[in-house]
Amino acid sequence: MNHLAVIQVIIPLLSAPLCLLLRWRTGAWLIALVATWTTFGVSIVLFRTVTLHGAITYDMGGWPAPWGINYHIDSLSALVALIVCGIAALTLAYAHKSAKHEVRPESLRAFYALLLICQAGLLGIALTGDAFNMYVFLEISSLSAYALIGLGQRRRALRAAFQYLIMGTIGATFILIGIGLLYSLTGTLNIQDLAARVVLIPESAYGHRTLITAFAFLTVGFSLKLALFPLHLWLPNAYTYAPSVVTIFLAATATKVAVYMLLRFSFCILGKRFVFEQLTLGNILLIPSLAAILIASLVAIFQYDIKRMLAYSSIGQIGYMTLGISLNSHAGLSAGILHMFNHALMKGALFMVMGAVAYRTGSVYLSDFRGLGRRMPWTMAAFVIGGMSLMGIPLTAGFISKWLLVEATLEVGWWPVTGVVLVGSLLAVIYIWRIIETAYFNPRHEIEHGTDEAPLSLMLPMWTLIGANIYFGINTTIPLQMAKRAATMLISGGTL
Amino acid sequence: MNIGAHYNYWVAIFLMMTGFYVVITHGNLIKKLVGLNLFTTSVFILYISLAKVKGGTAPILVPGVEVYSNPLPHVLILTAIVVGVATTAVGLALVLLIYDRYGTIEEDEIRLKDDSL
Amino acid sequence: MELIIDITLLTFLGLTALAINRIDKLFCVIMLSGIYSLLCASLFVTMDAVDVAFTEAAVGTGIATVLLLSTIGATETEQRSAPHRPLFALLVVCVTGAILVYGTMDMPAFGDPNAPIHQHVAPRYVQQSQHEIGSDNIVTSILSSYRGFDTLGETVVIFTAGLAVVGLIGFRGMQKFGDRQRAAGVTQNEMEQHLVLRIVIKMFIPLILLFALYVQFHGDFGPGGGFQAGVIFASAFIFYTLMSGLDAAMRVVSPRTLSYIAALGVLLYGGVGIATMLMGGNYLAYNVLRHDPLHGQHLGIFLIEVGVGTTVFSVMVLIFFAFSSRKGLRQ
Repeated sequence: MNHLAVIQVIIPLLSAPLCLLLRWRTGAWLIALVATWTTFGVSIVLFRTVTLHGAITYDMGGWPAPWGINYHIDSLSALVALIVCGIAALTLAYAHKSAKHEVRPESLRAFYALLLICQAGLLGIALTGDAFNMYVFLEISSLSAYALIGLGQRRRALRAAFQYLIMGTIGATFILIGIGLLYSLTGTLNIQDLAARVVLIPESAYGHRTLITAFAFLTVGFSLKLALFPLHLWLPNAYTYAPSVVTIFLAATATKVAVYMLLRFSFCILGKRFVFEQLTLGNILLIPSLAAILIASLVAIFQYDIKRMLAYSSIGQIGYMTLGISLNSHAGLSAGILHMFNHALMKGALFMVMGAVAYRTGSVYLSDFRGLGRRMPWTMAAFVIGGMSLMGIPLTAGFISKWLLVEATLEVGWWPVTGVVLVGSLLAVIYIWRIIETAYFNPRHEIEHGTDEAPLSLMLPMWTLIGANIYFGINTTIPLQMAKRAATMLISGGTL
Repeated sequence: MNIGAHYNYWVAIFLMMTGFYVVITHGNLIKKLVGLNLFTTSVFILYISLAKVKGGTAPILVPGVEVYSNPLPHVLILTAIVVGVATTAVGLALVLLIYDRYGTIEEDEIRLKDDSL
Repeated sequence: MELIIDITLLTFLGLTALAINRIDKLFCVIMLSGIYSLLCASLFVTMDAVDVAFTEAAVGTGIATVLLLSTIGATETEQRSAPHRPLFALLVVCVTGAILVYGTMDMPAFGDPNAPIHQHVAPRYVQQSQHEIGSDNIVTSILSSYRGFDTLGETVVIFTAGLAVVGLIGFRGMQKFGDRQRAAGVTQNEMEQHLVLRIVIKMFIPLILLFALYVQFHGDFGPGGGFQAGVIFASAFIFYTLMSGLDAAMRVVSPRTLSYIAALGVLLYGGVGIATMLMGGNYLAYNVLRHDPLHGQHLGIFLIEVGVGTTVFSVMVLIFFAFSSRKGLRQ
């Protein structure tokens, strides 16, 4: 049973070379499909095990930490792993037709292999208990992401991939510097061991300045990876020009895992007291979060490429997550973590809609949505519900996390912040409404070539995510409980 | 007192910042990648400087020697070197394709070509 | 004496870095970056990091320079634009540097044997690794056994780079290289006229291959291991390509075969871990592979190093082939 911790990462990791060995392209997709669904099953089992029995530890190579690398899976890790695996499974089911349509045929096998490696990298980050191992798997997921984005059809995809490569590597190097500084103070790389040793360096002691510097570099590195304003510059281009399947996967998972890293390092290693009270991480995160929510949502309103609009919307939503963290309260933290889960559902579904529209009409400009409400009724209905979730309308998942966030801001008495959250939702209404209006209410100006509804293999995963949006909007017990447990665990310093 | 003890670190930091500067100011894509390499390699110098023990020798067990330099940073940097060259390789592949599709590897010319469409 | 070498190397490094910033001709920049790598490798030797120096020289100086040169061969050789916003960049860089310097104030002095990192985790490696793993090279013990999972990650990173190149550039483009050459009327490889080069390369290739095998299997007793061996093995192929032309080299081993070898290398490494799980241990716990734990460790390390070596070799040659095959397009 305890081998499952490793199996969750090994299955996608080793299925990737298998994809390359077959000459049959659909075979590569099948291998990837089986791998992602098996991993999803494993992640559900692990999630339940952690919920019922508490954290799991697994020593790689049989060597105990801190001499060997170990996997440490607690409530936050299990939740993030569940998100990644679930999205991966649905994306792979979706990918068959979409990837064939958008990616060059000779690159398809490498495409599926890279997707699997990206998933393995993200899972490795979430499950590991060793800081340097986290860096290695961060680079695995980043490198495969750069390549995947570069496989987009337009030449701008190459430029976007290169820009992401430069910024992402700078971020990763900053993280490496931070880990090195922490290592120089403590002599260990294991996260729990680091936590125990860092606590022994009080404020006036020798070593404190290094700790502050490590914190600074780690935070900047993580912020680059999670696209916190103003370090978000790589995200709009990367999401817009990547193949639809890649955008779905990355938008729903990659930035969440970066938030996870920030949480893990801030709360578990450096400690809440140090990070929030001494260094006021709350204030440091607050302004960029608010800026992200307002500015990104504003910019989204003016975009004509709808994928780009959703990319800017993502930057705003990440602002909500970091806002929850900056409140430095249990409620705020739970809201932020729950929003990680809900946003994956929302954005995954919305980008799947984009992929379906691209599959049928060939592009995703606002003008292409004209009359789509009649020609692709199910797809647009999915967009409406996903949009409602984004706006935070009751009965959808998005409403729950927005509501919790508002409650948390009211709890600490920061009225202006509550205002910003509500204004952000209002802006979301505006940019979603543009699409709905064009799709349903625009009179036909010219003869549009008849496009049918999207094929079933694209619709089923899309509606599964939409269904999840509605289900978790009505009955949010499971993710909410896990988010609250994770928040408790983080605030208490990572011992659960 | 401190200068002699920390000279290695400070030079490593100077090299890192030079590399960082090259990445952010230059528009030529290849120069950016070279700068990135410079940046990451200098981080390695910092790590390896940490590992050195005065009077120690390379961490390969030899009969008669008692003091060895710390092997753990060596292992970390070995991994990091390989990760760095893999990133350079992917970056260069992208540069090759960008040149094919755009006809240039200067960032501002690329931006002009995209904006003029 | 050591201090003088240290200071000299660091000064040269600083000068090289500044030169890279100023010079516009990309060929010079790449040569300088190769020199920078080599200086770093020398610095690592003076700081007792022999395995790291070996890898930096092979990978950083060797492979990175080769790939950079192939790229400018296929694109452009001179930088055209002026640096933009140099003052703002200088500000950012100075602030970052200042924060880092501030951070190093509290760090232990260079070479201090009482630093925290020498007290906690490392002593067990130094004292026990001979007893627990049986290898003289402590770095190999940590790399392959104690932290073997990181090395699996590293191998996957290399494989990912190979995948990226295969996905972005593609086999078809590579294989059409020969057709393009023939169409352009280029019948003879340009290097064929350099007699000295051909003779020297012919003499060296078998020696290089032998040396690569030596480095591969000797990693337990001296500096070496899978990564360095894979790169050296690949360099023999690169030499052959220089001598006889890309077409001939791709007939010796085709890009498709190389991709299969790379995949098999990763599967070998991961497979060893699965085998240990099936035999009752944790993932990558080599102790269970044999009745005697030390023999198990040796077998495990041997197998994974072979896996690493094959993946590194095949990906490096694959990337080199991919980059070289673009050259024909410019003409």
